[in-house]
Amino acid sequence: MTNLKIKKVLLLGSGALKIGQAGEFDYSGSQAIKALKEESIEVILINPNIATIQTSEGFATRVYFLPLEPYFVEEVIRKEKPNGILLSFGGQTALNCGLALAKNGTLAKYQVRVLGTPIPAIEKTEDRQLFADSLIRIGLLVPTSKAVRNLAGARKVAQSIGYPLMVRSGFSLGGQDSGVARGWQELSEIAKKALAKSPQILIEKYLGGWKEVEYEVVRDSFDNCIAVCNMENIDPMGIHTGESIVVAPSQTLNNFEYHSLREVAIKVIRHLGIVGECNIQFALNPRPLAAESANNSPINQLDYRIIEVNARLSRSSALASKATGYPLAYVAAKLALGYSLTELKNAVTQKTIACFEPALDYLALKIPRWDLGKFIKSENQIGSSMQSVGEVMALGRKFEEALQKAVRMLDIGFEGILDEKAPGLVYSKPTPWRLFAIAKSVKGGTSVAKIHKQTGIDPFFIEKIKNLVQMEEKIKKTGQNLTTELLRGAKEYGFSDARIAKLIKSKEETVTKKREAWGIVPSVKQIDTLAAEYPAETNYLYLTYNGEGDDIDNRKSKVKVESQSQIKNQKDFSLHTLTPHSNDRKVIVLGSGPYRIGSSVEFDWCCVTCAQTISQNGFASIIINCNPETVSTDYDMAQKLYFEELTAETVMEIYKKERASCVIISMGGQTPNNLATKLEAAGAKILGTSTKSIDTAEDRSKFSRLCDELKIAQPIWAKFENIDEAVGFAEKIKYPVLIRPSYVLSGTAMNVAFTSKDLREYLELASKVSREYPVVISKFHQDAKELEIDAVAERGNIICSTITEHVENAGVHSGDSTVLLPPQKLYLATVKQAETIAQKIAKTLQISGPFNIQFLATDNNILVIECNLRASRSFPFVSKVTGVNFAKIATEAILGKKIKPVAANNISYVGVKSPQFSFSRIKGADPILRVEMASTGEVACFGHDVYEAFLKSLIASGVSLPQKSVFVSLAGEENKVKFLEAARTLSNIGLKIYATEGTSKFLRGHLIEANKLHKIHENKKPNILSYLNDKKIDLVINIFDPYFKKEFDDDYLIRRATIDFGIPLLTNLQTAELFVKALAKKQLADLKTLPWDAYVTPQN
Amino acid sequence: MTNNKARLILKDGTIFAGLAAGSQTSVAGEVVFTTGMVGYDQSLTDPSYSGQILVFTYPLIGNWGVPPQEFWESEKIHVSGVVISDLTTNPSHWQSQKSLNQWLQEENIPAIVGIDTRKLTQKLREKGVMLGKIVVGDQDVKLYDPNAENLVERVSPKEVVIHRPKLEVGSEKNLTSHLKNPASHLSHRTSPKVGLLNCGAKRNILRNLRARGATVYELPWNFDPFPESNTPGVGSDPLGVSRKIKIDGLMISNGPGDPKMAKESIAIIKKALKAKIPTFGICLGNQLLALAAGGDTYKLKFGHRAQNQPTIEVGKERCYITTQNHGFAVDEKRMPDGFRRWFTNANDNTNEGIIHQKLPFFSVQFHPEASPGPTDTEFLFDYFLNKVKKRAA
Repeated sequence: MTNLKIKKVLLLGSGALKIGQAGEFDYSGSQAIKALKEESIEVILINPNIATIQTSEGFATRVYFLPLEPYFVEEVIRKEKPNGILLSFGGQTALNCGLALAKNGTLAKYQVRVLGTPIPAIEKTEDRQLFADSLIRIGLLVPTSKAVRNLAGARKVAQSIGYPLMVRSGFSLGGQDSGVARGWQELSEIAKKALAKSPQILIEKYLGGWKEVEYEVVRDSFDNCIAVCNMENIDPMGIHTGESIVVAPSQTLNNFEYHSLREVAIKVIRHLGIVGECNIQFALNPRPLAAESANNSPINQLDYRIIEVNARLSRSSALASKATGYPLAYVAAKLALGYSLTELKNAVTQKTIACFEPALDYLALKIPRWDLGKFIKSENQIGSSMQSVGEVMALGRKFEEALQKAVRMLDIGFEGILDEKAPGLVYSKPTPWRLFAIAKSVKGGTSVAKIHKQTGIDPFFIEKIKNLVQMEEKIKKTGQNLTTELLRGAKEYGFSDARIAKLIKSKEETVTKKREAWGIVPSVKQIDTLAAEYPAETNYLYLTYNGEGDDIDNRKSKVKVESQSQIKNQKDFSLHTLTPHSNDRKVIVLGSGPYRIGSSVEFDWCCVTCAQTISQNGFASIIINCNPETVSTDYDMAQKLYFEELTAETVMEIYKKERASCVIISMGGQTPNNLATKLEAAGAKILGTSTKSIDTAEDRSKFSRLCDELKIAQPIWAKFENIDEAVGFAEKIKYPVLIRPSYVLSGTAMNVAFTSKDLREYLELASKVSREYPVVISKFHQDAKELEIDAVAERGNIICSTITEHVENAGVHSGDSTVLLPPQKLYLATVKQAETIAQKIAKTLQISGPFNIQFLATDNNILVIECNLRASRSFPFVSKVTGVNFAKIATEAILGKKIKPVAANNISYVGVKSPQFSFSRIKGADPILRVEMASTGEVACFGHDVYEAFLKSLIASGVSLPQKSVFVSLAGEENKVKFLEAARTLSNIGLKIYATEGTSKFLRGHLIEANKLHKIHENKKPNILSYLNDKKIDLVINIFDPYFKKEFDDDYLIRRATIDFGIPLLTNLQTAELFVKALAKKQLADLKTLPWDAYVTPQN
Repeated sequence: MTNNKARLILKDGTIFAGLAAGSQTSVAGEVVFTTGMVGYDQSLTDPSYSGQILVFTYPLIGNWGVPPQEFWESEKIHVSGVVISDLTTNPSHWQSQKSLNQWLQEENIPAIVGIDTRKLTQKLREKGVMLGKIVVGDQDVKLYDPNAENLVERVSPKEVVIHRPKLEVGSEKNLTSHLKNPASHLSHRTSPKVGLLNCGAKRNILRNLRARGATVYELPWNFDPFPESNTPGVGSDPLGVSRKIKIDGLMISNGPGDPKMAKESIAIIKKALKAKIPTFGICLGNQLLALAAGGDTYKLKFGHRAQNQPTIEVGKERCYITTQNHGFAVDEKRMPDGFRRWFTNANDNTNEGIIHQKLPFFSVQFHPEASPGPTDTEFLFDYFLNKVKKRAA
């Protein structure tokens, strides 16, 4: 039993989602909160990520939407006086913040005890040298490396380390002059070249092509250790594990390798003294004998290196939790309180204990999701740093099955790994498309051995791909004479009905009908952690065609409904035939799929809230989702969880298996929304707004026609017929024009064309993205303000609504905008107009559920630009700022509950939402804001006025307040004039201004002191690059017009260098102006550290 | 793999239809499952599985092919038949010499593949282990109950083998030799001598003992190493070698079947206890020690066959993850005199080991030699050898 007398714990969240640190920490934090609250411990949470589930009502005892910076955290500690702090549940952000607080004495000063892994252990894992030395001391292997200054030194080091070697130049960026040497000849050549430019080179053991294996290890304070999961990266060493396709459990490690690495992992966790969970990454030599060619005796050899230890919950641990059903974060939190592993129950079986290692009788496969195409100038290559924005996990009982499921889960429009739409890139280079390139090459006849040699991927996996290629060929050959046996075989290999239909030149419905007639349906299996050894009550499920029966009998089993007492009257539900109280009333909620730009944790919040609301109203909720980084895929968020594909075929199979009453498609963003028509055609009941209305809103052309009928103003538009007509139209309405394909999220392929050349180029691109739907061209208004209305309607009547204002003018995607609530600069008339329009649309489309409309406002005119009949990205923000839970009300409206209208606009404080960008992660990407979304996450903070809230939220997104100096580069006369006042303010508050030649001349001309720095290409000093490098600049303001391409290159270099040096960058005029104004009005001490409940009282 | 149809037929009439792999012959036995995710090569060669049809709950089996014989747990496959969901036909591993299918063919062991092993496991869990048969095509066979037979006799070696210590890794072939010329080995005076009563021992027990400096006398299940008490009818010692052997400790191995069948082994262990020499039993050895000391054993409903069994050391906070493979257990209600429970299964509280309160007699139900499985409890070999060395000195 725990003997710690902990009453109040401070939990640090992870802040905004960014590349390398995403939704997995919402999951781990939420589990920690649950584990602590079970012990009646008060949980104080700091996390500015307003879209998370952990920051919702009913989770932590108190929430602070504040930056995860030592200054703010100390303020909270001073106020709350917690006696414990948890650092390992909020990713690197929380860990770094905690280390800083320990170092500066704050934790000691306020007697806050670090729970779980002690600080010195964390420090040991964070410092490479300390880490390596410490492990070498206990006889474990880490990659050896040594710096040398001359050829003789290189030879000596080479002898001691052994070939092959990686040679790195000491002082060059981006891997210049580095290379692999397999012998002295190669080494001397590379070393000579590198030493000519650099005084020293680094020689290390080259581990390219070694297997990369991870272990998730848990230790309690009594020294009990377990390895909960091991995972094998299909991509060998050299590709970041976050960029790798990963399978759990490992597939190509035999007993000796598996358990020897496990033994090492346990030695490591014991040695470091971790209490809780850690992730250990290994490199494993796939041919240890080759390294020791002298001795061929067939003995067991383990040639491994410990690459990294993360002394905290991680992306991998979230994946491991979902892959095994073992709640790592929950258990880690309990262990931090002093529990022993043997005292905790296995949450899945409830019969066995938590001190065990899950046995899987399926495999779990993760594929990352990249969005590199969304970044201008980014390189289409992956490698040793993370660039992916999300991931999916597929479960299956054959590797082939899991692989094909995972491909469809990515939601990139592919039906399987041999989908013709996959770009045909070479497989020898690692790119996001390598899996598909390999499949194509196998199909083209390239041998498994050759692909293995060029990629280092184990032949085992390539053989599996070959199996799929062969199966495709078989199906194709059979054509319409498809046999039961072959169809069953295809389904066992994870082929979708649509893919099979394509191969045999038939229709998906025809294949589905045939399949059902032949009785080929998937089996429902449980994730039970013990491979069926013990009975389990778990509701964590998946489908497989490699099964002969369901684990659960839906005709017999009754779903437990949580809180029937809350239902006062059945008459509450009038609209639909749904009746609470009857146990078989099951409502399926579709999740949002992989996180990507434009769809992330905010939709998970909507889904979880929706599922909870369903339960609270006496129905049974079933979540379907395939993203291991989410809270919605925690099996206690709904009555049932299917870790499954969000495709019509799979959803229908679950629908039929469960005999569900209906499906909710409007809470998980665009992915489920796109399934509406197909699901309905297949016979599912779609709850909420009708699919016809959804289609009217989604189809740009239909929606525009509706606006015309309702006399709602909108930018002039026309449906694209052919390119010449489009160009003719654009010339008529005058450039710039906006190109938008239908049915897309976050502005994929959306573009602004300033010339007919641009327009032709973009139209081609748009037609590539979405062939099936029309493209609409409209007038682009440059100086217009943007506003949005988020609302819920019930049978056409608005129940609640709120209007938000964007700081940035039109032209910046709404997901990249700074959003203010309540609006600060809108006329009352404008707000009224927007509300009237929303009411009109709600009525006409008979909306029952959530919706969002985006507007442009020019002077007193208001134009509608977009309408979505689903929960929007800003739902958690508006809900948490107003205290009115839009997702909850929307769910009740969807369920047909009678609800009274709620006022959601009467607030006396301000909430500001800021975007979080991850440009630093995307090599070469131009960090600019456009109509296509680029941000990966968001934060929001509160304040008594817009300045306070804005500064907090900007700090929370990683912009630190400038102390000394600002670099300003203003492109074009117009921007210079517009920014003049702000520049004067900067100067007045004592910041030193540096500027490029043109800008500095202009500023001095207006009596503002400005120091000129040379541009990068001028190769003269002092230049901007050296100043950035020397940290002489605290902030870069680079205002330019993204759609004017002159001066582009030099501005780009400045922006890119700013990002690469980790210096805050502002590129939008309105954001920069607001920032300068706020700086002039507020200092750090003015930013109050108040909890959420000091501002907001929840209204429901 | 062929396209021959095969059926797994259980005693209760349940039929699973799949494809035949390995040897195209029908076979009957006791159907048991293991939930270990690695180590099919070690499991298949574990003599404890003798007479059993083994179901792997992990679906992908055969991924790393078949390693050289040095890495097996005995000289051959001991299971009667194999049940697999998805047999890997193109294995990949630097040690692989052939595919699992080839191996099964060579060793004349049939397998059935392509069936829902999870559903089968659930059945076995609910109804307990069951007799069953793999029927290839139409060649039916009768059900067969291996527990009615003395399986230990079937898998135990026929003669004594001496193994010298092997402190370093290397080929072990040249280090073993038959007792016909024992003199060369008796020179190892400093090395403690352990008698390994091989009732179906996994080779890793031997490796563990030798790696710790022991000279191991590998004894047939009924070989009596205590000549001073020449009870007639116990042991088989045609050459009279037992007089040349003086062991400092007795290791009782794992093995198949009902422990009560191995009466001669029990008699030998009784002598060891009487002589107070350090005695360490593993798995079947745990049951045999209990029986020899006056305790009792019983058959479990479906046994433990896994690599993830939590095992608590009684009286301590310590829990180990252990490999297990047993269908019988020591009855704690009839704990032998002077013994106490040493380890216990954290999931179902069954006995996982007994230890004498004063004398160096102890045994465990799990497998400290692992292979396959976690190596958490390998230290028990150190514990045992410390006692043996003390006696030797």
